[in-house]
Amino acid sequence: MQIGVISLLDGLVYGMLLFMLASGLTLILSMMGVLNFAHASIYMLGAYFAYQISHWVGFWPAFVLAPLLCGAIGAAIEVWGLRRVHHNGHIAELLFTFGLVFIIGRAVQMAWGMLPLPYRVPASLDFPLFSVYGENFPAYRGFMLLVSAGMLFTTWLLLKKTRIGLIIQAALTHPGMVSALGHNVPRVFTIVFAGGSLLAGLAGVIAGNYFTTESGMADAMGPIVFVVVIFGGLGSLAGCFIASILMGMVQTFSVVMDWSFADLLSPLGITLAANNLLGEILTIPVSRIGPLVPYVLLILILLFRPRGLLGTRET
Amino acid sequence: MKRLRSIATVFLALLGIALWGPGARAADDTIKIGYIDPFSGAFAQGGDASLKMFQFVLDYINNKGGALGKKFELVTFDDKLQPAEALIALKSVIDQNLPFVMSCVGSNVGSALIDAVTKHNTRNPDNRLLLLNCGQLATELTNEQCSFWHFRFVGSVEMRAVARIKSLPPSVKTVYLLNQDYLFGQSIEKDTKKYLALYRPDIKIVADEFIPLMQIKDFSPYITKIKASGAQSLLTGNYGPDLNLLIKAGVDAGLDIRYDAYLGHVIGAATAIGETGEGRLTSVMEDHANVAVEEHNAEAEAFFKRWQDTHDFSFIEVPGLTQFEMLARAINQAGSTDAVKVAQALEGMEQKDLFGATNIMRKDDHQLLHPYYEAIFTKDVKYDSEHTGLGWKTEAKTSVADETLPTTCKMKRPSS
Repeated sequence: MQIGVISLLDGLVYGMLLFMLASGLTLILSMMGVLNFAHASIYMLGAYFAYQISHWVGFWPAFVLAPLLCGAIGAAIEVWGLRRVHHNGHIAELLFTFGLVFIIGRAVQMAWGMLPLPYRVPASLDFPLFSVYGENFPAYRGFMLLVSAGMLFTTWLLLKKTRIGLIIQAALTHPGMVSALGHNVPRVFTIVFAGGSLLAGLAGVIAGNYFTTESGMADAMGPIVFVVVIFGGLGSLAGCFIASILMGMVQTFSVVMDWSFADLLSPLGITLAANNLLGEILTIPVSRIGPLVPYVLLILILLFRPRGLLGTRET
Repeated sequence: MKRLRSIATVFLALLGIALWGPGARAADDTIKIGYIDPFSGAFAQGGDASLKMFQFVLDYINNKGGALGKKFELVTFDDKLQPAEALIALKSVIDQNLPFVMSCVGSNVGSALIDAVTKHNTRNPDNRLLLLNCGQLATELTNEQCSFWHFRFVGSVEMRAVARIKSLPPSVKTVYLLNQDYLFGQSIEKDTKKYLALYRPDIKIVADEFIPLMQIKDFSPYITKIKASGAQSLLTGNYGPDLNLLIKAGVDAGLDIRYDAYLGHVIGAATAIGETGEGRLTSVMEDHANVAVEEHNAEAEAFFKRWQDTHDFSFIEVPGLTQFEMLARAINQAGSTDAVKVAQALEGMEQKDLFGATNIMRKDDHQLLHPYYEAIFTKDVKYDSEHTGLGWKTEAKTSVADETLPTTCKMKRPSS
């Protein structure tokens, strides 16, 4: 029971963080058909900028400025990079963003070095908020949850209630038609790319001091974000949200599952020896392979429902 | 026609650079060591730190004369911590006829390299090279996988486990084992259990957990489990983000436990863990900056101070210094860089390390035997780590005699 409640909270926080990262990526992928490999790199940039700004000025200015900087970089990438490469096709765009991963990664290493940075949680948020069964829930996690929820609400508001949001929604599923109706679709693309990058940067700002800020952080976050985007489906933010929370919960709860599939079978009277391949696979406790489960889910969804959970568009 | 001309120009330019540029050397005045480690990707910081420390060591050795009148030189190759990439790098090393290859990070890479070097040397007796292991610790590498061509200059996981277990205070009665799920982590788990049973049968292992390597971002579910288990000490071989995030999560959750790490002192740990680790984090290490102060060794202290004044992270490569001092002596004794002669000179060699302790390169398994220091992360020290204001203070030391453990190695020696 105790473990259940705490894991629920932890899974929620992690899932919301994933959503912040994945939502930007799903918007970009859905609208522009570009799989932005550099998304996790912008997340990393957000963390590094936040460290630098909070080092010079303070955490709260960094909280505002770093995501804006990332948004600006996203806009620059779109206008001067992607737009030029666009007429060469999807593969060219893919390769371009893939190349960006290496450039941004190396630039970060050259500018800040390879050591983890002492980017710390601000003192104003560094206290236990409440305690669940004797275990502290830090205020900063509550803050992370608040920021992610706020961002979710703001994005929803922007997309559903504003004119530009309506245009973006339409362009998500029918970009050709929206263009034919006279809207400046390239500018919409830039806005979306910049917005997605801003979200990624924001995720970096709030996660960078909680998890460590170091040069490998993009490689660490990248894969799981792609799983979320594809699992949730293209063109659907709701699907992305469900997938993020699901993956967050799966990652968290799998840790506390110390049983293996063989244990499930033993009440049926079937015992498995661990000395052959099948036996060995089934006697591994779930907690040991926990982080593998999202990828298994990815394979399953691609096999049975390639559109994703709530996908509205085929690529 | 114009396009053909521009292609030709570029080709000639590249050819020129290749032939007359830095790559071309008529005569070699240096003894080259191929150095394979991750220099890019998620593990780049380990390789980069190691490279800087070894360059510092080689400056010191080369200033004292190097070997056979020649200086040592490192030629780096990036393996991204992938055994497949390391083997490709090894091929380059062999193609360039480098007499020595060394690698420090990743026992999985070490295992692949031992296998490849042994096979190559057996099949190519006229083009042999020696493998110097500067940090791949899995015990299996000098037990089941031991090879005449492989020399390990840092203590095995087993030796580390002895130091770790012997330094646990008598008040600790319950431990939680948490390790990374790959060759090194599994080696740690195996040897921890073995030596707990041998030296501390009073200690109960409440849990034995594996985590996938460098995958977990959020350790709070693990902290929940650890808290529920009631363990007094978290005994972990984790390093890098797997350790830093674990400790941060634990301290944030208010977990009251000792963090008894095997590699709590590697680069980046002090910065990432910071004040949260004060008085809680212990680690076992081959050396640290304050040993020189504690043992009143002025020469060693000067060495560490020279490093500390010009670098942002701590020097932990005293075994690396010992490695090159021994290699230089062996090359001088052998009169050449011939693999068999140098190997025969190296095995059985005794060498005083920077702190004056006599290290022994054991002949049976080519494992260097050296002392260990168990230290706690605290403010009360002369030299801090990575400008955090906190550093390592020795709590316990194990001697070479303590660290001389039996080996299962059945080494095949070359007949020629």
